[in-house]
Amino acid sequence: MTTAPALDAAPSVRTTTMAQALNAALRDAMKADPTVHVMGEDVGQLGGVFRITDGLTAEFGPDRCLDTPLAEAGILGTAVGMAMYGLRPVVEMQFDAFAYPALEQLFSHVAKMRNRTAGKLPLPITIRIPYGGGIGGVEHHSDASEAYYTHTPGLHVVTPATVADAYGLLRASIASDDPVVFLEPKRLYWGKDTWDSAAGVEPIGRAALRRTGRSAVLISYGPSLPVCLEAAEAAKAEGWDLAVLDLRSLVPFDEETVCEVVRSVGRAVVVHEASGFGGAGAEIAARITEKCFHHLAAPVLRVTGFDIPYPPPMLEHHHLPGVDRILDAVARLQWED
Amino acid sequence: MTVLDHRHLAAVPGWLPGATGHRSDPAPLLPDASPLRVLGTSALEKTDPELLRELYRRLVVGRRYNQQATTLTKQGRLAVYPASTGQEACQVAAAMALREQDWLFPSYRDTLAVVARGVDPLEALTLLRGSAHTGYDPRASRTAPLCTPLATQAPHAVGLAHAARLAGDPVVALTMLGDGGTSEGDFHEALNFAAVLNAPVVFLVQNNGYAISVPLTQQSAAPSLAHKAVGYGIPGRLVDGNDAPAVHAVLTEAVERARNGGGPTLVEALTYRVEAHTNADDATRYRDEDEVAAWREHDPIQLMERHLRPLGLIDDELVQQAADEAEALAARMRAEFHADAELDPMSLFAHVYAEPTPQLREQAAQLAAELAAEAEVHDR
Ligand SMILES: Cc1ncc(C[n+]2csc(CCOP(=O)(O)OP(=O)(O)O)c2C)c(N)n1
Repeated sequence: MTTAPALDAAPSVRTTTMAQALNAALRDAMKADPTVHVMGEDVGQLGGVFRITDGLTAEFGPDRCLDTPLAEAGILGTAVGMAMYGLRPVVEMQFDAFAYPALEQLFSHVAKMRNRTAGKLPLPITIRIPYGGGIGGVEHHSDASEAYYTHTPGLHVVTPATVADAYGLLRASIASDDPVVFLEPKRLYWGKDTWDSAAGVEPIGRAALRRTGRSAVLISYGPSLPVCLEAAEAAKAEGWDLAVLDLRSLVPFDEETVCEVVRSVGRAVVVHEASGFGGAGAEIAARITEKCFHHLAAPVLRVTGFDIPYPPPMLEHHHLPGVDRILDAVARLQWED
Repeated sequence: MTVLDHRHLAAVPGWLPGATGHRSDPAPLLPDASPLRVLGTSALEKTDPELLRELYRRLVVGRRYNQQATTLTKQGRLAVYPASTGQEACQVAAAMALREQDWLFPSYRDTLAVVARGVDPLEALTLLRGSAHTGYDPRASRTAPLCTPLATQAPHAVGLAHAARLAGDPVVALTMLGDGGTSEGDFHEALNFAAVLNAPVVFLVQNNGYAISVPLTQQSAAPSLAHKAVGYGIPGRLVDGNDAPAVHAVLTEAVERARNGGGPTLVEALTYRVEAHTNADDATRYRDEDEVAAWREHDPIQLMERHLRPLGLIDDELVQQAADEAEALAARMRAEFHADAELDPMSLFAHVYAEPTPQLREQAAQLAAELAAEAEVHDR
């Protein structure tokens, strides 16, 4: 696990969108460390299709924030060589499904270079990937692809759900000496919140309990977290008191916190929008069962998207887990002890 | 509906010739019709005699290395060996065109090039022995790991060269791959990135006629692989890959052009692998002996002897010296690989992350317990 970098002295409490917090994290990281280089498609003049890199080329020049040719394997492969020479590339993949051309570089080289070279060539690369649905995107623009990355040893996989974490976790990811797949829940890009850049940096690998509760715990991350919080609120009407745990980092996986919460509550539902089969939820449920079996009053349930290619936008709400589906699962946890 | 034809486009400022940022005349980028040769031409007289002798010596030692490694696979001492027998000139001459600060990005067949960089010949073999992925320190030798996924090391070379140029360092990256590798997307993306970034990179394609069993005609319809450079706006060069001084000359020119800001070059070296793809391959299934025999006549070592002996550049003394050196190396390889490798199973967990995750710590403890239990049984 990587510790967070020291931040600039000037404390700043701000109200921004997650997109702006990510932009601030990039800017602050580039200011703090001249080896940080941002690169990707349209990240320069345009500031990225989601404007996460807005203004970076103007401030740091086209070498530090580089508009690359349109080729994801080329972008990530070039970043590998740059990292080998001492730079800290921050790569933007334009959309989740468009990272797939780069998977060969990611799986065969980025994830393994430290291991292949017995520690001689660590690759401090951050790969930012806007991911997930719920924004009305047409096909290939809404994949939740975290399971591909979590299944690949050598990668850290991080996904913020709050504005503060967006800033803090991105700074920590850029500072990490290992490659980090930084998954940005694109449907949360425009949500506003107050955050303190001086206090908000978290080491990656720690879950955060967003809400305490005694009836059951909803375990989630990224785009599904607000849905879980909403479900927890709605559950009050049923007399259920739900805890909500935000994983924030899938690799490393904060088993300690997860088990602590599950042991105290005894019932758990894992929620994510990616397909369930072979998904991150399967891993989490299996681990809880292995480690906390005697504390469980019910089997660990999963609420996930269906095992289908991401649907057309007019149908996506049927696929994405919503409050009702989560509450149904909570009901199935057999309440009478 | 308005149809935009080219006359229309010509009226749009961005489309005016010369206003597009594209090169207007690709002709200078085209490779020569026939491969460059030095042996048997007047260019030989201008070549440094000491370089020629050094090339010869390394070819002989490299040939022996190839033979010994192949033998070691038969004895089960190496997991696999893709011999570069017949291709030694490309391996040795290319690596010798680099300076110390430059970087090499080899593929799995390029062990000899790695050795020519100064890496210990035994350390260069750990991947193929199966004892470790990369036995040498890539940073110390400025040599990337031997790369197995085809052409994927090419963008790394571009990135490193780009970073070095940004730092103001006079560093050049050379990446080597085979003819089959030129069909991979990463090769093309790397050429394009290199051209756009004007990165100091040299791409060396060793066209040995086959990608495992598939002949070049089924790999590419281009007039030559060097032609592939032209579409990216960089020069393509064609060289006789069995003519060591020619390979050295072309590579030196490309490396120095890159170093001086002239950007990337794609070099295609025409050569042949006279052995099978690896020790596990049966080459008789896809090519006939006549073809192999013809190439054996165009052997890089014999070519050197044929042309340098009459000039007195190769004499009995040099031949003996090279042969002795080759035998000494072969003996060292046999001695080293005769013993079982010393392996530490716990090293499996050492370099997955800078610090192991909690899950990896747990798994390491599990393996440690298994090893302890095994040792106990052993001791009893
Ligand atoms: C991406 C990828 N696909 C397939 C392979 C399996 N493979 C190993 S070598 C080889 C042929 C390569 O031929 P070429 O590039 O001409 O190099 P040569 O073996 O002739 O040196 C193949 C298909 C591989 N290593 N990587």
